[in-house]
Parts: sequence; structure tokens; C-alpha cells
Amino acid sequence: MKKIVKFAMVLLSTLGLILGTTTTSFSKVEGDTIILGAAVSLTGKYSTNGLHTQRGYDFAVERINSTGGVNIGGKSYQLAVKYYDDESTPARAAQLVERLIQQDGVQFMLGPYGSGLTKAVAPVSEKFGVPMVEAEGASRSLFTQGYKYLFAVLSTSEQYLAPAIELAAAKAIAAGKDPSSLKVAMAFENDPFSLDVREGVLDAAKKYGMKIVIDDKLPADLSDMSTTLTKAKALKPDVLLVSGHSKGAATAGRQIGEMRIQADIIAITHCEAAKVDEKFASAANGMLCPTQWVESSPLKDDIFGNAGKWNADFKVAYPSYNTVPYQTAQASAAVLVYKAAFEAAGSLDQVKVRDAIAATDMETFYGHIKFSEAGNNIAKPMFMRQISGGTYNAIITADDMVFPRKASY
Amino acid sequence: MFDNLQLLFVWAPIINIQIILEGVFVGAIFALVSYGLALVWGVMNVKNLAQGDFVIMGAYLTFTLSKYGLHPIFSLPIVLVVMFGYGWLIYLLIIRRVIDNDMFVSLLATFGLSLVMQQFMNVLYGPEVQIIESNLPVYTMFDDFVTVPMAKIISLVLAGTFALIIVIFMKKSRMGQAIRATSQDARAARVLGINTDRVYAFTYALNAAICGVAGVLVSIIWIFQPFYGIQYSLRAFAIVTAAGLGNLPAVIGAGFGLGLIEKYTSMILGTEYEIAAAVVMLLIVLVWRQISLRRSRQVVR
Repeated sequence: MKKIVKFAMVLLSTLGLILGTTTTSFSKVEGDTIILGAAVSLTGKYSTNGLHTQRGYDFAVERINSTGGVNIGGKSYQLAVKYYDDESTPARAAQLVERLIQQDGVQFMLGPYGSGLTKAVAPVSEKFGVPMVEAEGASRSLFTQGYKYLFAVLSTSEQYLAPAIELAAAKAIAAGKDPSSLKVAMAFENDPFSLDVREGVLDAAKKYGMKIVIDDKLPADLSDMSTTLTKAKALKPDVLLVSGHSKGAATAGRQIGEMRIQADIIAITHCEAAKVDEKFASAANGMLCPTQWVESSPLKDDIFGNAGKWNADFKVAYPSYNTVPYQTAQASAAVLVYKAAFEAAGSLDQVKVRDAIAATDMETFYGHIKFSEAGNNIAKPMFMRQISGGTYNAIITADDMVFPRKASY
Repeated sequence: MFDNLQLLFVWAPIINIQIILEGVFVGAIFALVSYGLALVWGVMNVKNLAQGDFVIMGAYLTFTLSKYGLHPIFSLPIVLVVMFGYGWLIYLLIIRRVIDNDMFVSLLATFGLSLVMQQFMNVLYGPEVQIIESNLPVYTMFDDFVTVPMAKIISLVLAGTFALIIVIFMKKSRMGQAIRATSQDARAARVLGINTDRVYAFTYALNAAICGVAGVLVSIIWIFQPFYGIQYSLRAFAIVTAAGLGNLPAVIGAGFGLGLIEKYTSMILGTEYEIAAAVVMLLIVLVWRQISLRRSRQVVR
């Protein structure tokens, strides 16, 4: 009896396997629905931002579907996204993208969250010739590999803090000083993203001949940067730049306040994510924070209207957000790129769509999108915002900035 | 590097004071965590890899309490009690089953516990970096050159007081004596009527409580995140191994020593080498001990 049961189980599971592989390996278009694929981090250390990303994709898909869908050769298609949870691990993300392409037959990919994961999945989609429009991987190194199928709507990471140097130089010139007399202190995490940010800063500082007085690397599990700040105290730099994701921003916010660092310009990445403005209200006053996107951006598109409209509509759809992170906005923009490319290509052929994406030159609520040969967006600048009394003020020119930084300790 | 040395000893020697102070503050917390580990390791021979996660759990408990408006300093006794209970529970659920097995089983079990705790905190609180604002003043000295936050002074005093209480407790109380007896010879202790199972449970719970207290202090002076426990585990292991088991004053001394070494390394070589300093210190101590023991070692080959 036991043997029969065992045999039946083996038979059943084999049958299941065969059925499983045959039924799932059909292709991209189910009826009049185009399936996009994405592995995003829904659990693990990137899960917060993974969720922001997913909501951005979903919001755009719903909106496009409800406003007539994607029009290809006179026929209207709906969009849908097939998600897998990559658990915030690069190896898993690469596996899942392969599964999306090979088993689920997805022919168009959206990106995961973060440079690290994007780096892991890009070779996979490249190998299968599947276009991927990503919205969350900013590392410069993604665009030096010669990928032909990878496109990013966001500004690359070397642009994050370089504007702070430009602003400092502009202020120095306005005050009749030589920008080369300025001293710059930098503390960057030793990871691909932050080192890219550092490269951009080094280039900008070199351009003006500024002196780098501190150039510290921060560990991945940072919780104390008091020694770097002690040096800053002794060397009195004019510009202090810190980048180390949320933990870098939180540590810097806390310890700059505790150690009463006085520098005319302090710029930090990931202020919003670390809620520096709320948690360290007095120390954060006057700090500069780069952002990919501002709600007050005047550019607009047919689907969402302008940035303010997107922001307001998104908050209606997801009432739990007080301020919508830029990660969500750029995810929505990636879906817009697909819609435009499908319509421009007039076909669902991967190569044609890929060429249409490469030729993208469009205005969206998120900003202008035009890809370089390497696949990064070269039409959109990075924005700087200054924290002032708990709110973020966009800095368009150096005159918008409160200078020197006024911090009340 | 030479710039930094010059800065330290020629241009602005006053910053030495800041570095030493930071080292002492950091060292106090390391000493506390290591003390707990030394206790568990010495008494039960369990190498608790979840040590750092207990610290982070303490920090998150403080975080939860602070949401109800309780100041971190006043949440300390609550965290102490909750962590003690939690430690006892973990002993009953897991540690008791592995204590008689060999070293690897206890390493594996506590490593698993560490992973489960991390993920549980991640699910419960999310992966964001958290801080707790203690709203305590910051004192400045030498014309604003050296700053000392009240939060760090309080944490140093609390760590010291707490360590003192434990030392006295171990020396004077019945339970303390029972713990020391069990640590010396568990079988003899059992023969003399000591309930070693209870002693083990108490020791493990006490360690969890000590870590919880360290967690409260971490929460008001640094930042924390569900996956930050490993930092504290690693340093605690380095300190306990370097200081040796059963030598509690040495553990505390090594804690402060490591704090100072880390801060000076960080000043001279850069912040990213802090943790390397801990490991190098361990290496040097072990090599040095090998050399010094060689003279008295007699091996029959």
C-alpha cells in the first residue's frame, strides 16, 4: 500500500512539474494585456524603498490603463506588472529576473530598487535581450558596462553632491573671494553609490581648485562618525559633505548637532529617508539635501499633469503618505517611458521597442527624459533643497540659499 | 595619515581630549556587553552569538516606550525587566536544549536565534535607521572645541553603576555565589544542592538584561537598525577572548581599551578601520599570549 502511495506521489509531482513548466512558458502578451516584469524588495533591508518603488509602478499602470491604455497600431492594450520579491538580495534578484524572462515569458522589465540590485539583474536581462527601464539604480558604474538594454530615468549618483560645490563657488565669487581658497571636508561610505557621489564632488572641487582637507571613508555599519567630525572641528572646512544612505544621514544629523559643527555649507544625501529635518530640527537647519525630483517642478505630461498634480493624486490613492518620496515618482516615470516607447515603436517587437526607448525624448511630470548612448538620463538635473524650519526649500540658484548656514545649537 | 597625526599632536592637541572622551563613552558600552557575554560564556560555556541582537532589541524596546512619551532614561528599568524575562524564556525554549551538547550546537543555535531576532525586528519596526532624541543638553569646553553631550555622561555613569551592582551582586548574594560555584564546577555544585538549571536560566536572563541596558544607552547616543547587532557581538567576542574568561575586571578594562584604540585608529586611519582595530587587537593579544605561554608550556610528543 505504502509503495503505491509513494508511486502515485512521484507520478503526480512529475506531472505537476511538466504541467508547471509548459503552462507558464507562454509569452508577454495575454490577450490585450502587456505584462511587464519586476523583482522588487518587499522584504529585507530595502523593503521600505522597494514598496515605494512598487507603488510608483502600480500607480502609473492603473492611471495608464484607466486613461485609454497603450495604443499600438490602433489597438489599445492594458498594462500589468508581474512582481517577485527579491528579499533585498542581489543573487535572488538575478534568479527571479531569469525566471521572469524564461519561465513567465516576460519580454519587458522594470528595475528593482537600488544600484546594487540593479547591478545584479542588468547582466541577466542583457543576456536575453530584454529591455529594462529602471528607476532606482543611480550608480555611475551601471552605465560604463556597455549595456544596450538598460535605461535609467534618474540622474546618476555623481551628480548628487556636486551642486553643493557649485553653490559654494558661486557664493565665494559673489563675496569677491577666490573659490580656490575654499576648504572641503568629505565623509563618504565605502560603497559603490557613495563613492560615485565622491567622484562627482572631486571633479567639481578640482574644477575650482578647492582644497580637500578631509576625505574619510565610512564603514557600512556606521553608527559613530565623531572622529571625522572632530577633525572637521579642528580644520574648519567651508563645505562639509556626507553621504552614507539613511544611516549616514542619521549619524551625521545627530553628531553634527552634538558636536556643534560650524561650516558654511553642509550637504548630506538621503535626508528625507532618514527624516533628518524632523529628528534633528535645530542641527538640520540650513543643511542642503539633493533630490531627484521636486513637487514644484513645472514640467508636465498628458497622463499625470505636472509634478504637483501627480503628488496630489498619488496621496489620494495612497493616503498613508505625508510626503511622497522621489523613489516613487521616478518609478512612475519608468512606466511612462514604456508607454511612450510602445506607441512610438508601433509594435511589441523587443528590438523595435528597445530602439524606441533609446530614442526617447519626452517631458514628464518627473522631468525631462532623454537617454545617452550608455542608457542614463542626461536631460534631467539633480535638485538641491535646503532645510529651513522643518521644510525643504528648492534651491534653483545660489541666491535662493540661506548662506552661511544658520544653525542654532 | 601623517596629516592626521600632525593634527593630533602638533596643530590641535586639544582634540585628544575629545577622542579620549569618545573612546571612554564607547568603551563603557562595549564593556557592558562583553561583561554579559563573559558571564554566559564562563558559567554556561555558551557562546552567545545573539549578544548584539539583545542590545538592538533593548534599543527597540526603548523606541517603543518613547512613542508613549516615556523618556529613555526612565524606560531603563522596564527594559531591564522585559529583557530579563525574555532571556529566561529563550533559555527555556532554546539554550537549555543545547547546553549539554558541544560548542558547535550552541553556536548554531544562538546564530539562528540572532537571525530570527533580526528578521523579527525588521518585520515589526521596518528596516529604517532609528534614533531616540533624549533632549539632554550638550556641554562645551575649551571655547566650543570639545563637546560632551549629557546623554553620553549619563550613559557612562549608568554603565558604571550597573556594572558595580552586578559585581557586588555576584560577590554577596546567594544567587551570585551559586552562579560562581556553578561556573567553577557544575557537577559539584549540583551535588551540594544548587539547582544549576535555575542558575543557568538566571545567568542567561541576567545577560539579556545587561544587553538590554546597553541597548537603552545605544539608543540615546547612536543610531540603530535591526541588523546592527553584529557590531556589538563581534566586539564583545574580541574583548572577552582578549581579556580571558573568569577575569571580569580585565573584561571591563579591555572594553575601555578597545574603545580608545578604535577611536584613535579611526582618527589616524579613518572611520572605516574602526572594526579592523578590534580584530587586530584580538590578534595581537592572542599571538602575544602564545609567545608568553610557550615558556611554561610542556608538551609530550
